[in-house]
Amino acid sequence: MLLSIIIILAIAFILYALLGGADYGAGIVEIFAGKKGEHTISKAIAPVWEANHVWLILAIVILFTGFPQVFSTISTVLHIPLMIVLLGIVLRGSSFTFRHYDVGQDDSRKYYTLFFRISSFITPVFLGITLGAMILGEIDLSTSGTFYEQYVRPWLNVFCFTMGLFCAALFAYIAAVFMIGEVPSVGERKRYIQLARLFLFTTTILGILVFVAAELHGHALFREFFASPFSVIALGMVLLLIPVLLRLFQQPNILYLRTVAGLQVLLILLGWYAIQFPILVYEKRGNHLTFYNTQAPAATQYQMLIALFVGLLLVVPAFYYLFKVFKGARQEQ
Amino acid sequence: MDDLLAARLQMAVSLGFHIVFACIGMTMPILMAFSEWKWLRTHKQEYLDLAKAWSKGVAIFFAVGAVSGTVLSFELGLLFPGFMQHAGPIIGMPFSWEGTAFFVEAIALGVFLYGWNRLNKWVHYASGIVVGISGVLSGIFVVSANAWMNSPAGFNYQNGSFTNIDPVAAMFNDAWFSQALHMTLAAFVATSFAVAGVHAFLLIKNRNNAFHRTAVKIALSFGAISALLQPLSGDLSAKDIAKRQPAKLAAAEALYKTSQPADLVIGGIPNDKEERVQYAIHIPRFLSFLAHGDFNATVTGLDQFPKEERPPVLITHIAFQVMVGLGMLMALAGLLFLLFSARWKKLLLKKWWLTFIALLTPAGFIAVEAGWTVTEVGRQPWIIYGFMKTSDAVSPMPGLQFSFYIISAVYILLTLILIWLMRRQIATVTNYYPSARTD
Repeated sequence: MLLSIIIILAIAFILYALLGGADYGAGIVEIFAGKKGEHTISKAIAPVWEANHVWLILAIVILFTGFPQVFSTISTVLHIPLMIVLLGIVLRGSSFTFRHYDVGQDDSRKYYTLFFRISSFITPVFLGITLGAMILGEIDLSTSGTFYEQYVRPWLNVFCFTMGLFCAALFAYIAAVFMIGEVPSVGERKRYIQLARLFLFTTTILGILVFVAAELHGHALFREFFASPFSVIALGMVLLLIPVLLRLFQQPNILYLRTVAGLQVLLILLGWYAIQFPILVYEKRGNHLTFYNTQAPAATQYQMLIALFVGLLLVVPAFYYLFKVFKGARQEQ
Repeated sequence: MDDLLAARLQMAVSLGFHIVFACIGMTMPILMAFSEWKWLRTHKQEYLDLAKAWSKGVAIFFAVGAVSGTVLSFELGLLFPGFMQHAGPIIGMPFSWEGTAFFVEAIALGVFLYGWNRLNKWVHYASGIVVGISGVLSGIFVVSANAWMNSPAGFNYQNGSFTNIDPVAAMFNDAWFSQALHMTLAAFVATSFAVAGVHAFLLIKNRNNAFHRTAVKIALSFGAISALLQPLSGDLSAKDIAKRQPAKLAAAEALYKTSQPADLVIGGIPNDKEERVQYAIHIPRFLSFLAHGDFNATVTGLDQFPKEERPPVLITHIAFQVMVGLGMLMALAGLLFLLFSARWKKLLLKKWWLTFIALLTPAGFIAVEAGWTVTEVGRQPWIIYGFMKTSDAVSPMPGLQFSFYIISAVYILLTLILIWLMRRQIATVTNYYPSARTD
């Protein structure tokens, strides 16, 4: 039962990284995509962006129902970065919708766009910072300590910021790949291929820097990664897929390209899960919070599983239908 | 500002902001689907135009509702981690179901908003119905989680820990039905009257406009029925609170001393020091009747509770008066609407009537905010009634007031932008919809 919940949480997280990630990334890509890009990108994400973000709500609900201590701990210790994430989510969603639906054609568009782009970048950076803080182990659960030691140091450091930038770059990469299939003209398509290459390069560099930053903090992320055969294989496959991708950029069939890029994201996350499991939050003195020591009582897990199961039965076909209606139609054109 | 107050205010601002969009998200899909259904049956242009015009507004409100709802789910932990640590496993179930319902709502809304030209008409209409049903369901699930805070159930409490958890019993606690019913009706009353008010205002200038006439008719029909049902649901809630949370009822009615029989106190200003209400109207024995269905019943007053366990009387009492007063006013408007529609149709286009309806535009939402103030402030000092105090649940992080300032500033800004956007949207309605141009 516990395992099923963990798997659903992991899936929700992967889907959020892919779908929500593509959505955040679209806002970052827009900065580089010129005047035309603004229109194309708005049109591509408008029907699906809200549904994409519900995966985050799902993950949060699983966390506070199934692993309540993890939720209460991170929301206490990482209050500041999470608050910034929330502000980003609010400003991003609002400014995007305002821009998309506002009938006026004046300067207000410029401000909506400005807020949309800034928050599209800031939000994934602080999501990455939050994740980084859960991995790094600077979180100190003993009650003594200054404000800085308890609420700032766990996340305000080089490792967490590198993680944040890595997240933003990865999302931008997913978005650029996604957008290649959303544009009809050859010229625009070329632009997004260039951007996809650029963000693939940035993501790779930042990925290496994440390991370097971990070493600087004395965190053995590198060794942990290479001690786990599963993680090594996953990472190896991610790297081997890069030349495949570079070839696929030139092919007209967008489905292969999207599948391979999605597979890369999946492998990165699985590789990370493999070394992280079963720990959710690393604690400074070794009192790590795990799936096992924070799990809710069996009755709760059972009821939650029923809700999740019924939910997925409803949501997955509905999601498929939504994408089929809006994404399928565009490819036929 | 101390951290507890800051956390409570931030929750109040966030909830007060979100609830408006939640109400719109529950009601508007039903109104849109109804209008589309009328179009499918009659092929009258104004029905299609209305469904389309409303859906543009809904898209904006729904987006703000979705993001502000995400904020709330995090804030439960950011502000009251002590609460979530214990309550999470107990009330997680309604939240899981709410997540599911909201997910379906978001997907179906995407289909509805962007599928006008891509789908079979009836499939499109069905997607609107799905949005409406899942919207109402997600509201009911969230309210059920809140009802648990008022009427905790589904656990044993020993030495500060919650054991023997039964999520099903927690979800179907004693308060869930009366609260969910009251809130669902409130959403329909508030949204319908707001929509009717805006269209009535535009109708005053152009009395023959088919677009606005139809809009007022549809919105007021839904508003009238729900506003007339609401007092019955309110009575159910009052009797329920009298039984389970007598301190809340006593604060709402400003009843300092346990009385048999008890007068209904209308208006007035409660004076905590002297423990009496000044400048109020008293209706003898009526509170006994409303609370217990018997003109001679004893009604528990605040004197039965130690001072530190009494909710703030002034806020709760005033909020309660505002809610009931506006609710009654809208019920009256609903009654008149049904009466005029049946007997004196001409009156429905009189300037005084349209002005009255236009003035009621914000009434429902003010009543909703006031009602939530009664529920939440009236439960204080408890976060889980009788088991956990709000002060024991609040985040230990110092400086919570800065979160409060920032969130408030963002929400005030968004509110101003939304009002401005809606005015713009309304001003251009004649450019897009043929039936809005008729004179």
